[in-house]
Amino acid sequence: MTLAHAHVGEKFTIERVGGERSFRRRLMELGLVPGTHVELIGVAPLGDPLEFLVRGCSLSIRKGEALWVAVTRDGKAAANCAAPPCVSGCGTCGK
Amino acid sequence: MNGANAALDRANQTAPGRPEQGSGEAPLVVLVGNPNVGKTTVFNRLTGQNARVGNYAGVTVERRPGRLRFEGEDRAAPVEVVDVPGCYSLSARSAEEQIAINAVLGLGGNPRPSLAVAVVDAGQLIRNLYLVLQLIELEVPLVVALNMIDEVAEDPPSPEALERLLGVPVVATSARQGIGLSELKRCIAEGLRHPPHGQVKLRYPEALERDLEALIAALPAQWRSSPGREHGLALWALTSIDERDELAGIDPSLRAACRQLQARANGRDLDDEVIATRYAFLDRQAAAIHIGIDEHVAKRAASERIDRVLLHPIYGFAIFLAVMLVVFQALFSWADPAIRLVERSTGWLQGLIGDVLPAGVVTDLLRDGIVGGVGNVIVFLPQILLLFFFISLLEDSGYMARIAFLMDRVMKSLGLHGRAFVPMLSGFACAVPAILATRTMERQRDRLLTMMVIPLMTCSARLPVYTLIIAALFPPVYGWVPVQGLLMVAMYVFSIAITLAAAAVLGRTVIQGENVPLILELPPYRVPDLRGTVRMMLERSSVFLREAGTVILACTIVLWALLSFPRAGATSSPHSLVQLDKAGSHIAAQRQATVENSWGGRLGHAIEPVLQPLGFDWKIGVGIIGAFAAREVFVSTMGIIYGIGDEDSPQPLRQRLKEERRPDGRPLYTPLVGLSLMIFFALACQCMSTLAVTRRETRTWRWPAFMFAYMTALAWCASFLVYQGGRLLGL
Repeated sequence: MTLAHAHVGEKFTIERVGGERSFRRRLMELGLVPGTHVELIGVAPLGDPLEFLVRGCSLSIRKGEALWVAVTRDGKAAANCAAPPCVSGCGTCGK
Repeated sequence: MNGANAALDRANQTAPGRPEQGSGEAPLVVLVGNPNVGKTTVFNRLTGQNARVGNYAGVTVERRPGRLRFEGEDRAAPVEVVDVPGCYSLSARSAEEQIAINAVLGLGGNPRPSLAVAVVDAGQLIRNLYLVLQLIELEVPLVVALNMIDEVAEDPPSPEALERLLGVPVVATSARQGIGLSELKRCIAEGLRHPPHGQVKLRYPEALERDLEALIAALPAQWRSSPGREHGLALWALTSIDERDELAGIDPSLRAACRQLQARANGRDLDDEVIATRYAFLDRQAAAIHIGIDEHVAKRAASERIDRVLLHPIYGFAIFLAVMLVVFQALFSWADPAIRLVERSTGWLQGLIGDVLPAGVVTDLLRDGIVGGVGNVIVFLPQILLLFFFISLLEDSGYMARIAFLMDRVMKSLGLHGRAFVPMLSGFACAVPAILATRTMERQRDRLLTMMVIPLMTCSARLPVYTLIIAALFPPVYGWVPVQGLLMVAMYVFSIAITLAAAAVLGRTVIQGENVPLILELPPYRVPDLRGTVRMMLERSSVFLREAGTVILACTIVLWALLSFPRAGATSSPHSLVQLDKAGSHIAAQRQATVENSWGGRLGHAIEPVLQPLGFDWKIGVGIIGAFAAREVFVSTMGIIYGIGDEDSPQPLRQRLKEERRPDGRPLYTPLVGLSLMIFFALACQCMSTLAVTRRETRTWRWPAFMFAYMTALAWCASFLVYQGGRLLGL
């Protein structure tokens, strides 16, 4: 899955950052290398961009680009689309 | 051979251990660091109050060198300190990003620094150390300032452990609280005597090391230096150079080598190998230097609580609107008394000069050209000071990043950055401070685009023109429709729509640029540092006075000459365009004759054929020429042209406009002409100060020329459509 499909409050581990070279290079240089933990902590009121917590720092990228960040959901919360609203209407969580 | 190469060669010849110097004058120290780490505060604290503002070689990014003074030691040679723009890494893609590496390494026409001071955020250590690793790999003599140490007071990382890890001096500082600064100065002085080089050696994958060897072989002659530095440069080239970069001055053979390597990568991800190796090292060492990511939790939690309100869909926008309202209100009305004071003082001084000095050309020049011109410059200061006061507060507190976050969705659709919002809003008050405010945007392309459309916003100087036209030519109400009020609102709506459309069009044509993905850091909220705010206000004002002010002054004198020469008779015209007082009808008539006979008047006649299709006559033409000094001057110029003396009451001029007839007896100023004239003023770049300040910010006359050309063309076409279209409809 990708970060664009995240729900607020969920935690993930980065698998790979893709996309245009300067974008992925910048994200990786900010510490979003494979194995790093990220948490979606907010969505801008107009629905875009998204706000993530990475290495104790709050970073914001747009949904369109969050599609390039491949992640796995951390531990317990996995496959649980229940409480928090889905950011992008992923279609899989029935919201 | 250019200066950079010469400097590098000189530096290469110096014996190891000796400070390497750029120009043979004062040793140069550069301050490097991520954004939001308090680098500017460190700079201000180190240099005191003596920074000048210049430019980095070849780009319009500002370079602020200051002098470092050492206490206690009687160092004869002063040290120059330069604040390098904040960056997360040295790898670069755009010309602006290239500044950091050029400034740090002394490439591309920049002097080579003797020492770099890396300012790092003690609470964001791992990410900050990434940049420090790059500096060490490039063998830049380095001192680390472990800044904002007060924010992690409960569990601070140990400078000693960091020193052991990196092999360079580390000083714990809090620039805002003045902690550790004399120790930092001592380290800098010591570092200049014995340049400290880091000891970190990263183990990159074997395959990557082989690739780097190929790149090192392709490095241009002027990049040749020690093996370690060449290795660092090869790493930089590998992660920076590709087909789509905008880097300047990269050797073609190095480019070719990079292209070859990437082509041969065969599924390997070279960027990933470099960056992941560095982060793996930092993550491994994190325990040793006693840092985790949790120590920041308390501050983060506080910021998150604030964000829950400030980024809330309803409260967040309400507060945002309120903040913007305050900024806007301040520019619009709080600045007003000061502006009036400047205007009144100028008028008073002009009156005094007229009374005291004998009538003549010199007196006129002094009064209308020079004093009037200086007044035209100073009159912008209240708004500039106020706007930068707010911008500094917004930036320092961390709210500016939130504005970008909130408004990104809207601004993105215009091809603009979220940070363009505050400058654009300021454009409603005055384009001059608004254009200066585009400095908060990092990318040159975004700044340029924002600058080019700001003058289309309805600034306050257009209001007197609109008021005159609307009041003279339109009824207050038509039936139950409040015509005058509606027209005023319509002009605002029109200007917003045109500005947005122009941004969309220019952004896709003249000022093209890739839509760079947004990567925005939302820094923790902090209490702004007022000293820094005051310094920023003063610095921006002095830059404006020195660099844009001179152009504005010169333009005022030229305009004065244009509307005063050749003289109608032997006697001088006793009153100026701008300052009008107690003039009797005789004087008014004389002034009218002077202007009519002047080059400006003749120019008005000459351009009449061009203005006729818009419904304007030569007198309006002269008014438009005069309005170049400032749009509101249109009103007083029209007063002079129609020989109206008393300027205090707008009634006579309005009456006069209504009575003005064309040669065939039809009224000249119909509502349609009024509308055409307002549209013209809404779109035309009738403001020399805007052009002067654009020239200052872009460092070329090309962009102000383009701004003038496209806005004037737009204005002419729109007025033409309105007037001719209206006539077709029988208006």
